[in-house]
Amino acid sequence: MSTTQTCVHIKKEWDIVGARQMGREKAKELGFGTVDQARIATAISELARNIYLYAETGKIYYEVVSDLNRVGLKIIASDNGPGISDISKMMEDGFSTSGGLGAGLPGVKRLMDDFDIDSEENNGTTITAIKWVRK
Amino acid sequence: MPESLRKIVVENSDEISKKWIEQISRKKEDDYTNTISEELYQTTNREFVNVIFSSINRQRNTTALNDFSERLINLGWPLSYITDGLQTFRRVTIDFILSQSETVDSESLASILNVVDDWVGPIINQLVNEYTGSWENTVSLQRLALQELSAPLIPVMDNITIMPLIGTIDTERAKLIMENLLEGVIKHNSEVVLIDITGVPVVDTMVAHHIIQAAEAVRLIGATCILVGIRPEIAQTIVNLGIDLSKFPTKSSLRKGFNTALKITNREVVELSHEKEKEITAILDSIK
Repeated sequence: MSTTQTCVHIKKEWDIVGARQMGREKAKELGFGTVDQARIATAISELARNIYLYAETGKIYYEVVSDLNRVGLKIIASDNGPGISDISKMMEDGFSTSGGLGAGLPGVKRLMDDFDIDSEENNGTTITAIKWVRK
Repeated sequence: MPESLRKIVVENSDEISKKWIEQISRKKEDDYTNTISEELYQTTNREFVNVIFSSINRQRNTTALNDFSERLINLGWPLSYITDGLQTFRRVTIDFILSQSETVDSESLASILNVVDDWVGPIINQLVNEYTGSWENTVSLQRLALQELSAPLIPVMDNITIMPLIGTIDTERAKLIMENLLEGVIKHNSEVVLIDITGVPVVDTMVAHHIIQAAEAVRLIGATCILVGIRPEIAQTIVNLGIDLSKFPTKSSLRKGFNTALKITNREVVELSHEKEKEITAILDSIK
């Protein structure tokens, strides 16, 4: 399994646009349909915005993954921000600490196929999400 | 610059320029400038080297330098041409001076390096400043242009107003949208406002949140907000995200939204030709 990783730094609000543009491009290359492209772009937008809002700076990695009979796009959003103290609470619909809609993280989980979150308070957050190409 | 060194440099300016042009021409092959025509490249190189030498003679006179940099900026030459060129020039000059002096101890070497740096350094600084200045200017102009385009409001009909949104919505733009929307509703006395998001590439929770807030604010001042231009893939991502847009009407296209707006304001579109045809048949019938 060969992996090539690309990375976009999130430092200012406009980097979110760059991040999802890159994601859309990668998704297109892999042969995702327009709906899945929109899903991936939206998920990246959420993840990148979380980085921008809570951690200020961070990175979004893109990786093409494959197992026996399928390929997919893996998105890793990683930051060294304040971390998440209560992950299960964070994954509830409608819970938000910033006055937003509170649909971000649970939304990303629904938009993507695989979702994994790793966070420790005061020790950064890493979110991994994969979308598989539908055959 | 000490007289002795200055003399060496001025008297051998031809030789130094020749060496410099040689080196810089070698660079051309494998980098950014290889799309520029050979002739233009040579003239610019000669001019560049003349400008550098003229700055040694007239220490504080920078008009020639300004003119030169302005022309390069207008032509769109890469900044790396300037920086590379001057770095190369520094190296060539130092090499040349060293080859001319018989004895080289560390002290004189240091002084030579200093002198050449003092000469070339300010030129680099000035040119880089001019370049970045012109970029900053361009960026701020474009930002202004973008702001003017960012939240237009079109009164299409009495009481009906449309706000077409195209491109990415960020926090700043979301604020503008809200302000323009509310101001416009009051100004045009609108009953219905259509927000068209056909041109918005991604609707994430932030964008949705801002649209919901704007619609709610419009409702508070007594008008109805209809969200139109929801493409199928956007509809699916909104559902996946679990965003509730049920508080105000939404339509797939501007056309459908406009029809709804007409209904709300108790109007309808009537085709004139039909009416006329009916009138004519009525007249024909009466003749019979």
